[in-house]
Amino acid sequence: MKKIGFLLLFYLTSRAAAFAVILNVGLQLEPPNLDPTSGAAAAIDEVVYGNIFEGLVRIDKDGDVQPGLALFWEVSTDGRSYIFHLAEGVKFHDGSDFDAEDVKFSFNRARAKNSTNAKKYIFAPIVLIDILDPLTIMITLDHARPDFLFNIGLGDAVIVAPESAAGNAFNPVGTGPFRFKKWVRGDRVELIKNDDYWGLEPRLGGATFKFIPDPLSAYTAMMAGDIDTFPNYPAPENLFLFDRDPRFDVVVGLTAGETILATNNKRSPFDNILVRKAMAHAINRKEIINGAMFGNAAPIGTHFAPNHPDYVDLTGLYPFDLGKARALMKDAGYANGFEATLKLPPPTYARRTGELIAVELGRIGIKLKIENMEWAQWIDQVLRNRNFDLTVVSHVEPMDINIYANPNYYFGYDNADFQKIISDIDQSTDAAETSRLYKEAERKIAEDAVNGYLFQLGKFGVWKKEVKGMWANYPIRSNDLRDVYVEGAD
Amino acid sequence: MRHLSLSFIIGGVLTFIFTFIAILSFFWTPYDVEAINISGKFAVPGLDHIMGTDHFGRDIFSMVMVGTRNAIAVSLVAVGIGMILGVPLGLWAAGSRMNGGSLIDEILMRGNDLVFAFPSLLMAIMITAVFGPGAINAIIAIGIFNIPVFARMSRGGALSLWTRDYIMAARVAGKGMMRISYEHILPNILNILIVQATIQFSIAIIAEASLSYVGLGTQPPNPSLGRMLNEAQTMIFFAPWLAWFPGGVIVAMVLGLNLMGDGLRDMLDPKLKKRKAGDVTA
Repeated sequence: MKKIGFLLLFYLTSRAAAFAVILNVGLQLEPPNLDPTSGAAAAIDEVVYGNIFEGLVRIDKDGDVQPGLALFWEVSTDGRSYIFHLAEGVKFHDGSDFDAEDVKFSFNRARAKNSTNAKKYIFAPIVLIDILDPLTIMITLDHARPDFLFNIGLGDAVIVAPESAAGNAFNPVGTGPFRFKKWVRGDRVELIKNDDYWGLEPRLGGATFKFIPDPLSAYTAMMAGDIDTFPNYPAPENLFLFDRDPRFDVVVGLTAGETILATNNKRSPFDNILVRKAMAHAINRKEIINGAMFGNAAPIGTHFAPNHPDYVDLTGLYPFDLGKARALMKDAGYANGFEATLKLPPPTYARRTGELIAVELGRIGIKLKIENMEWAQWIDQVLRNRNFDLTVVSHVEPMDINIYANPNYYFGYDNADFQKIISDIDQSTDAAETSRLYKEAERKIAEDAVNGYLFQLGKFGVWKKEVKGMWANYPIRSNDLRDVYVEGAD
Repeated sequence: MRHLSLSFIIGGVLTFIFTFIAILSFFWTPYDVEAINISGKFAVPGLDHIMGTDHFGRDIFSMVMVGTRNAIAVSLVAVGIGMILGVPLGLWAAGSRMNGGSLIDEILMRGNDLVFAFPSLLMAIMITAVFGPGAINAIIAIGIFNIPVFARMSRGGALSLWTRDYIMAARVAGKGMMRISYEHILPNILNILIVQATIQFSIAIIAEASLSYVGLGTQPPNPSLGRMLNEAQTMIFFAPWLAWFPGGVIVAMVLGLNLMGDGLRDMLDPKLKKRKAGDVTA
């Protein structure tokens, strides 16, 4: 009798599990680990952000700040102090309780000297962390920081528990709507619904993130129905095939990735602004977007996301004009052109754009030798040792124009005026003033033609028609599945 | 001379056609292989572009011509390196063994085995990973892989010849090891070397295409058949001609070389040679 009861129970639970949909999500890159507080790889956030881990606040699909583990907060009039009121009854996936101590632990861990957090600058302005009561915490900054709330919504600032933080790389324990089930290396990460979730119950029974690096396999997996949703499909040339297939929805959105022709401003002849202006005039964005991205990208004229309210359209500053470009080359003393190398990282967008850039700059006598390399080589040669002339890369961090204020960054732009603008932005407490300063910064780097500004990398969402609630854009790299559901399945 | 074998004729004609195309591409291609024309991309094969155009609007026929030239150039030099270094090594090893220096033979051939132990593509990837991708490094990588092939082949052939009476006669006459190897052994193993070179040539073409396919061979914008195949992958569903032509050319070239090698082997059969040589000495 006992046995029958057990079987009945088993039958009932398996039936219940069959009703809850497990969503198969396709991703091109497998994350190196699953701890967003210690790695810089965007692939980590693409799996865990909003699903396993949550921060005090949450960045939503439009890039806006929403309440997260902090249900609401108060900001002091000088903008320096934040009082966060935390949600009650929140439990980590291992059953331990969440309270203000965990917030203090997470932030102190991230800003500690030996921390491996990829964005320690988020925590640099923090002066004091005071626990007012177990569900109230006050954070005091050195001065008002308009971007502080957005920054603590990033994956690097998620809240972890002291009991489990050390093991998060391979057994992530967070507070989110899904808990980690298993990771089959080289294949997939499985998440399952967190039945004790403190917030709104997710509508999916779980999610399996499948890693498919090869675009051809991605295509066949989608067509075979093995994948329900590919949030960022790797081959823009195939989008129209999905578009004309009634089974799929294709949603082309934007990422925060400015794709640029990064130029070594410290190396001759690129230290000459006339050469950089000539290059800017020789770049034909339309040709590049149609050729490399099959029309699926937005042109940019500066290092700023075109869907941001503070974006200034500067694509007309140096219009495509070979006559002007050649005249500038002559003024710079390079009437006969020169030779340079173009080092390209592996993504298809970079390789294709690079080939087109080589042809376009060839028209004004700049003969480029293309060197294709793997990421490890690229990071070592270009990013670390600054041993390069030109490269094509997408800067996927949101609101990262401040990298131009760092003279030691790989493209080597050292301009006191620009650095002043960025430090003014850091000091500014007034939203209108901040907006004005951002616009000034955008204009400054565009006028100096620091890099060639090409296009904003698109996000190519492809999913089955029944799948609803996927993000259209990538304001941050995240596939937050809390609002996703499959029509007709529940 | 025996009559030409059918496989030699077919293989020879195919090889001649591709060699001709390769040489022609030095002087003439229908279009500039580096000229892009985005508005004219994915043109279907037709009168303007007999093999169509690719995703940048480049003429595929022109790219295949230059790609064939690059493949042949890389393979020719690589097999040349293998022969120039491998054959003397093999002759030296065989000569040493037959003249009391078996230690030299052992050292040379075990070194050979060491190089041989690595699969050719793996070795090529190792070399290009250290020295960077590019046609030159692909040539070196494929060339190094060819050295032990020719060394073994010539050592084996030479060892069987060293016991012959005419070699003995030459030794009695006071000729040195080097001289005997060069004057008497080399001419007699030349036919097996030529057959092997043809086969190695086809293997080198595949190796070059594979290296370019994974991005370690000929670098853009210089066209390469392997890279064209790689780029065609995601477009095969709507523009299959991007893969047909470079793929077809690789197949036809390798087939031609293999048929020619087979035919050559039939014609230059060493056993047949031996019988003839016996007739003369009898």
